[in-house]
Amino acid sequence: MIPDPIVAGLKKGWDVRDCSKLDRDLRLEADVVIVGTGAGGGTAAEIFTRAGLKVVMVESGALLSSSDFHMLEREAYPQMYQESANRQTKDKAITILQGRTVGGSTTVNWTSSFRTPETTLAYWRERFGLADYTEKALAPWFRMMEERLNVAPWGEPPNENNAVLARGAAKLGIPTGIVPRNVKGCWNLGYCGLGCPTNAKQSMLVTTIPFALERGATLLTHCRAERFTLSGDSVNGLQCEALDARGLRNTPYSVTIVAKAYVAAGGAINTPALLLRSVVPNPHLRLGVRTFLHPVALSAATMPNAVNGFAGAPQTVYSDHFLQVQAVDGPIGYKLEVPPIYPLIYGTITQGFGQKQAQLLADLPNKEVMIALMRDGFNDESEGGKVQLAHDHSPVLDYPITPFVWDGLRRSLLTMAQIQFAAGATAVMPIHESAWPYTSWSEAQAQIAALPMQPLLMRVVSAHVMGGCGMGDDERRSVVDGTGRYHQLDNLYVFDGSAFPTSIGANPQLSIYGMVARNANRLASTLTGKTFQPPLS
Amino acid sequence: MSSTFTRRELIKTGIGGIAVLAIAGCARSNGPASGAYNDPGYSYAVLSPNDRAAFAAIGTAMLDGALPSAPAAHAAAVVQVVRGVDVAIAGLTPAPQAELQQLLGLLSFGLTRGFAAGIWSSWDDASTADVAKFLESWRFSSVMLLQTGYQALHALVMASWYGNSESWARIGYPGPPSLQR
Repeated sequence: MIPDPIVAGLKKGWDVRDCSKLDRDLRLEADVVIVGTGAGGGTAAEIFTRAGLKVVMVESGALLSSSDFHMLEREAYPQMYQESANRQTKDKAITILQGRTVGGSTTVNWTSSFRTPETTLAYWRERFGLADYTEKALAPWFRMMEERLNVAPWGEPPNENNAVLARGAAKLGIPTGIVPRNVKGCWNLGYCGLGCPTNAKQSMLVTTIPFALERGATLLTHCRAERFTLSGDSVNGLQCEALDARGLRNTPYSVTIVAKAYVAAGGAINTPALLLRSVVPNPHLRLGVRTFLHPVALSAATMPNAVNGFAGAPQTVYSDHFLQVQAVDGPIGYKLEVPPIYPLIYGTITQGFGQKQAQLLADLPNKEVMIALMRDGFNDESEGGKVQLAHDHSPVLDYPITPFVWDGLRRSLLTMAQIQFAAGATAVMPIHESAWPYTSWSEAQAQIAALPMQPLLMRVVSAHVMGGCGMGDDERRSVVDGTGRYHQLDNLYVFDGSAFPTSIGANPQLSIYGMVARNANRLASTLTGKTFQPPLS
Repeated sequence: MSSTFTRRELIKTGIGGIAVLAIAGCARSNGPASGAYNDPGYSYAVLSPNDRAAFAAIGTAMLDGALPSAPAAHAAAVVQVVRGVDVAIAGLTPAPQAELQQLLGLLSFGLTRGFAAGIWSSWDDASTADVAKFLESWRFSSVMLLQTGYQALHALVMASWYGNSESWARIGYPGPPSLQR
């Protein structure tokens, strides 16, 4: 019997309210209200409750926990992802995986935990005036969160899907590393993306949120933040809509929360959209712009032996080589990683249909898939996308893929094919409508060079949404300051990945934890008059 | 030649596409119900009888080679695919759901289906080859509306079938491990 800490906590009487069950409007007061329970919201909730503040957390998704996690895609995607794991950019050229459940994306991510690269921080200091975003100043906060979430390089041998990356890269003299993961007693099952069934993953769901609830915080689920209400230079309330039990439609009831400080942590896309709906001051039109995705290219190899890419820790080997060979603001660089291979998502992304596609899918256990994540946002040709509001006020991300980004996507297809062949692949197929399995490196080179890099032909996905409320010291070029405070309002803070002024160039969860740990402690000091330091280790 | 050219150009401008969607939107409720795809006793959340016939035909063509070949097992699998699509659409938020309803309207109504997809017969009478031809033309269409339409249909059908444990044996996926809870 695997103990479920959420079920146990609910029995003890945690203040968790499922707003789909409301039969009247609700009004609450708190010291701090936090919109969103992912990496940013969860971290902030723990820090505020530890400081003795009364916290209300607002989550549009449901509260699901290990007893609900059955390692089934058909359950997990509709229940725990934005738009059933099919959130798309405006032209539908990029499909975005983003969490929508208590714990946010941390409940469904693959556990990769990298500190913000120094190259990225240096760019922020130079271009956005973020003077205290140095490796040294952030180190204690990263260390604090790494200890809190048990982050350590994966200690078991990588599964074969990841071993192919290590092996092929080694043959070509390309350095790789072992991914640090936030797990404790991991069973090495491989289903992190569908919710950890053993609670080994140290997501917000099983760490900071229980901590906060244990100390009197309130959690509202199926509760969608509609808008902040303003009075002068301050926010004076948060208006929310109660959603139905599936989290799809509004019920007749609304929720109003009044607090001293308001924290937006719904993740990039949703946070800028909430602020746009609130009609907050936006004098320099920076709100929603510079939203980044780490656009991802995929390459599928056929290996002579079973890979079983669905089994074992999904993401344990990486290479930063192609982030480092050129200047950060030169041609776009990319990080190489490996995703888990589950049947629904693999069937969906694999090009074509009918007999041909049936053939491509026939030997799933022998498939090895590699991904390349483009480091967007470091060049004038890579300004990212813009969050807008649709007629019904839901968010839309307009992210045109520029020639600069297409160039990187194509180069990465070549890189991945070369590594896969070096590791012994018998065929390599870029995920692209016009591609087929190439049986030699020379064929792959010629064909990839000729592939049309066009939206909807080249499959581009994203699992990392960043920016849209970028930090900076100059309000003409940013939305919030380095402490996360909204430039034009005195009690509104952005504590999530939307505050990043560029993409990270690495899986962003630990960057969010570290930044928010520092900024939430600063805000807690402001609200309580006490000083909070990271515990020294 | 000129009539094909004109039609293509018309749709290419996008105005044609919008007009087609508008006609489909008006005509949606008037389309005749299709008879051959039959799944009595199951309560569909969003798909109309016409939509079900469309997805039965599209699913059969898209999953050609992936579904069981014995007639009874094939028919049962198609029912699973259509039901799965219904569940998937019902689980979307209002905005993307409305977009899909527009696409389904286009495919339900004979005239718009004929113009946009080249399927002039009812879905029940369309051959797998005809449906495959339509899908292939949308897949590589220069009209974005049609290309995204293909991808939406592809995503729905593939998610429905490969999310279903009945599809796993053929592709060698053993399913998730069983846990001693």
